[in-house]
This record gives sequence, structure tokens and C-alpha cells, in this order.
Amino acid sequence: MARVTLRYFAWVRERIGKPDEELDLPADIGTVDQLTAWLAGRGEEYAYAFENRDVIRTALDRRHVRRTATIAGAREIAFFPPMTGG
Amino acid sequence: MQPTVRLQRERFDAAAEAAALRRGRTDVGAVVTFTGICRGDENGKPITALTLEHYPGMAEAEIERHVAEASQRWPLLGVTVIHRYGRIEPGEDIVLVATASSHREAAFAAADFLMDFLKTRAPFWKQVEQAGDRNWVEAKQSDDAAAERWRKPKIGDAAE
Repeated sequence: MARVTLRYFAWVRERIGKPDEELDLPADIGTVDQLTAWLAGRGEEYAYAFENRDVIRTALDRRHVRRTATIAGAREIAFFPPMTGG
Repeated sequence: MQPTVRLQRERFDAAAEAAALRRGRTDVGAVVTFTGICRGDENGKPITALTLEHYPGMAEAEIERHVAEASQRWPLLGVTVIHRYGRIEPGEDIVLVATASSHREAAFAAADFLMDFLKTRAPFWKQVEQAGDRNWVEAKQSDDAAAERWRKPKIGDAAE
């Protein structure tokens, strides 16, 4: 088990209903893809947030990563929609 | 060069920021400023306001990484990036990118580069208030395409 802080932004935050949470992740979760699949199974609100996993972006410890990235050692994992700043 | 990167709720003064980049120095031959402004319409319909959400900590870090990349690619003498968050009404400024260099090419290119990356990589999200509804603005493919063009080194790109 690895304890991480998960942070959610924009409509991902709204769908899940909270801005952040601390979770103990099962040891067999190795990649971002595996984590989003596990989260989507945690309840209706998570299933809704992650229903289209292709569009969700991820940051590990505040750096953009791809869906295939390994999460080992990350303390803060953030999920959010494509960015619309500027 | 010590760049300035600020995220703030408050308004900023674009002219004062541009003036500060060259104050008291004679090596600056070009200052380019880009100001992004909240329009009064979205998809052809009037809007009441925008609300910008950001990822504190990551937004600063991501902008600073791109400012560092810009200063490696072009000979810059100064950079200021200011991005607002919170509620912003039509006519108010949202973002400022100001670049200073000896010659115009570097200042123009770096400002263009920084704006393309602010649009696609800086963790900000716009929500629009329109006729009593609040909706998240969808990312534009044209913004991704604009950012992508900087990934390919161009012939004649002196700073490469």
C-alpha cells in the first residue's frame, strides 16, 4: 500500500465531488492507466469522472505525464481535463 | 535574466509591466507584450463572466519551466508572465506575456511560444457564465496544433 494525495480539478473535481483526498493505493497499481481504472470502480461519481479516460490529463508531483507513466514514488497525483488557460 | 512569473486574483497594469522590463537599461532594443482579454461572447452568445481555476504550485512551476525553455531558445533580456485566476468580467485582462530582447525576432518568437504553451500546458481551466448557466470551456484543437509547431526545429532557427 502506498499513501498518495489525489487532486482533482475543473469538471473532474465537480464530478467526484471533492478537490482532493488521501488514499492508500493497492500495491498492484503500477501505471496511471491502472490507477484511473481502479478509481473508476470506486463508485458512481468516479465512474462518471473517468467515463472518458482518453481525455483526462494527469500530473505526478506537479509534472505532466502520459497515461502509461509509472506512478511509483509519486506523492501527489492530479487529474484534470485538457487545459484552457491563457 | 531573472524572469517574473506571477499568478494573482488582482488586475495588472500591462503598460507598467512592459516599462519595468526596460527601465534603466540600454541593451533592450525590443519589447513585445501580449495581453489576453476576456471577451464578451463565447460561441456567439454574450457571457456574464469567466472564472479561472488553477492548480496552485504546478501552474507556477509549469510556466517557469517554459520561461526557462524560451530563454534557452532565444536571447532574451527579460520575461514577465502574469496570469490571473478567479472571476473575470468581459473587458478585463486575463494574461500578460512580455518579452524583451536586443532585436525583435527573439521577443516576438518567445512571446508567441510562451502563449502557445500557456494555452495547452499551464494548468488553468476556464468556466463561462452565460445566461445563468456555468459551463467549462472546451480545449481547442487549434491551440494544440499551435503548440505542436514549436516541437519541430525550423530551418533558420538561430537559437536552436
